[in-house]
Amino acid sequence: MVSAPIWEMKSLLTEYELMALQLSLKVATYSVIWLLPFGILLGWLLARKEFIGKSVLDSLIHLPLVLPPVVIGYLLLIAMGRQGFIGQWFYDWFGISFSFSWRGAVLACAVVSLPLMVRAIRLSIESVDLKLEQAARTLGASSLKVFLTITLPLTLPGIVTGIMLAFARSLGEFGATISFVSNIPGETQTIPLAMFSFLETPGQEMAAARLCIISIIIALGSLLLSEWVSRKVRRKVAGA
Amino acid sequence: MTNPQVEVEFYKQMESAELAVNFTVPAQGITAIFGRSGAGKTTIINAISGLLVPDRGKININGMTLYDSQDKRNVAVEKRNVGYVFQESRLFPHFSVQRNLNYGVKKPDNLYFEEIVGLLDLKELLNRYPRDLSGGEKQRVAIGRALLSKPDILLMDEPLASLDLPRKREVMPFLEKLAQRICIPILYVSHSLNEILRLADHLVVIDKGRVVACGGIEDVWSSQVMRPWQSFHEQSSLFSAQIAKHNLEYGLTQLKFREGLTFWVQQISAEPGSNVRLQIRANDVSISLEKYDNTSIRNILPVRIVAIEHQHDGADKKSVNLKLDMKGGCYLWATITRWALDELKLCEGMDVYAQIKGVSVSQKDVALTGYQSQ
Repeated sequence: MVSAPIWEMKSLLTEYELMALQLSLKVATYSVIWLLPFGILLGWLLARKEFIGKSVLDSLIHLPLVLPPVVIGYLLLIAMGRQGFIGQWFYDWFGISFSFSWRGAVLACAVVSLPLMVRAIRLSIESVDLKLEQAARTLGASSLKVFLTITLPLTLPGIVTGIMLAFARSLGEFGATISFVSNIPGETQTIPLAMFSFLETPGQEMAAARLCIISIIIALGSLLLSEWVSRKVRRKVAGA
Repeated sequence: MTNPQVEVEFYKQMESAELAVNFTVPAQGITAIFGRSGAGKTTIINAISGLLVPDRGKININGMTLYDSQDKRNVAVEKRNVGYVFQESRLFPHFSVQRNLNYGVKKPDNLYFEEIVGLLDLKELLNRYPRDLSGGEKQRVAIGRALLSKPDILLMDEPLASLDLPRKREVMPFLEKLAQRICIPILYVSHSLNEILRLADHLVVIDKGRVVACGGIEDVWSSQVMRPWQSFHEQSSLFSAQIAKHNLEYGLTQLKFREGLTFWVQQISAEPGSNVRLQIRANDVSISLEKYDNTSIRNILPVRIVAIEHQHDGADKKSVNLKLDMKGGCYLWATITRWALDELKLCEGMDVYAQIKGVSVSQKDVALTGYQSQ
C-alpha cells in the first residue's frame, strides 16, 4: 500500500480520504516551499549579523512555538482575513484571499513551522567555520559567491533538517488552520481536520481509525525519506 | 621610479596588547616575519590581507594602496588580490582537490595550472577530497590554491606549524622550490629559525607588537636582536655566496663570497653559478695568529677582530664570542674559550686568521636562494 502511487490508491481509499490526503500533502509542500527562502534569510541574519532589535526578531520568530495554535489562527484571521488589515491590502493588490481557502491553510502551516525551520538553519550556519569563508574571500570571492558556494552548501544538512521539521509540523497542523480557515472538505480539510470531523460524528470511529493509519504511514514515510536524504547530504558536505 | 616595495605601517589596539608596526621590504623574494608566539605576527598579515582592519596606518604593495586611514581607503579582501596560506589549510571540505585549486581562478590558464600542479606534485590528488589527504598534502593543496589565484603577494602563516616533523620534512622541499621559482613577494610568518634560514631573504623581527629589526637576513642575523634566539651552540653567521666550482674527486664545492674570497665546503648538489646562503657556526671557527701551510684546515681567511663579547650561560659554560671583519661588510663570528683569549692576548683591532674546517659546513647549512640579495 505504501509503494502504490496515489492514483492506484483509489481502490484502497475512499474519495473523501483521498481528498484529505492530497490536500494535506499539497498544503505541507507549499508551506515548505514558501518557508524555505524566509528560513534561510532569517537563519542567516540571526547567525551572522548583529543589528538593533535582533533579540526582538528572534523572540517574534519563536512566538508561534509557544503560543497556543488557536491564538495564531485568531491573529491570522484578524490580520490576513479578507477584512483583515493586511489581508484586505493583499486582496486589493494581488486578488488573493486567504480566508476559507487552502492558501490560508498554507499560511497557517508556514507560520507555525517557521521557528522550527529557522532554528535548524541558524544552528547549521553557525556551525560553518568562518575561517573557510575568510579563505574564500582571500581567493577573490565576493560575499554573494562565498554565501552560494561555501556557506549554503555546508548548511545543507541543516536545511534538510529544517525542511523535514517544517513538513512534519505542517502535516500535523490543526489549531491555527481550523480557527483561521475553518474545516471545509476539499478546500481546507486536511487529514487532522477530517479526523476531527469523524470523531465529532457518532458511528464514524472506523473512518477515524483509517485516517489515523494513513497519518502514521505518511509520517513514517517522510521520516525515512528525510533520514536517507540527510545522510546523503551529510556525506557530501563532509567530502566523500 | 622606485623599486617595488611592500610598505606596512599601522597601529591596532588588540584586546590584550597593542600593535604598532612599521617596515618596508623589497617586493621580491621571501620575507620572514619572525617573533615569539603572540608577538603579533599573524595580525600583520591579516591586516595586509584585509581580514583585519587596523585603527590607523597605511599598507602599500607594489605602489598599490590597499589601506590608508587618512584617505579612508580600505580595499575589500576579495579585491586585494592576495594569496593567503593559513596555518590550518582551510580547504573547502565539500569540494574535490581540483575544485579547491580552481576556486580562486579568474581566467582559466591550463599551462599555469599544469605548472603549479607539477611544482607541488598534486597530480595524484586532484580527484581526492580534503578529508582523505594527509596534513602535508592538505598544505600543498592550500599553497597551490593560493598561487592559482595569481596573487600580487603571497602571505603564509606558519604553514608548517600544524604538521609533525616527518610532514614538515615532506613539505619543506616544496617550499624551497617555491622560493626559487615564484617571482611574487612572499611574506612568511614563522617562529622557527630553521625554516627562516632555509627560506628567507629578508627578515622582520617582531617583539611585543613592535618591529625590532628589519633587513636582509644576513644583516639581521648577525645583529644583537637575534642573540636571545641563538643559544650557546647555535651562534652562527650567515653569508650569501655563489657556487664557483665543484671538486668531484674530493667531494667538495668552492663557494665565492666575492672576488678573491672563496671557501671550500662539502659538496653541494647545485649548478655552478647558483646563489646560495651559507651558515657557519661560531663553534666551527678557530683563530690563529699566523697562517700555517701545513694544516688540514682548508679555509684560512685573514680577518680583523672588531668586537669581543663575553658569554656566561651558567658557571660551566663560559665562552667568548669574537666578531671578525672579513672586509667588505661581511662579519664572521667565532666562539673560543677564555683561556685561548688570554693566551693569544687577543684584543679588538687585531689582525688574525680565521680557520674553518671544510667538512664542518655541509648541505644542510646551505640553502639555495633564487633571489640574490644585494
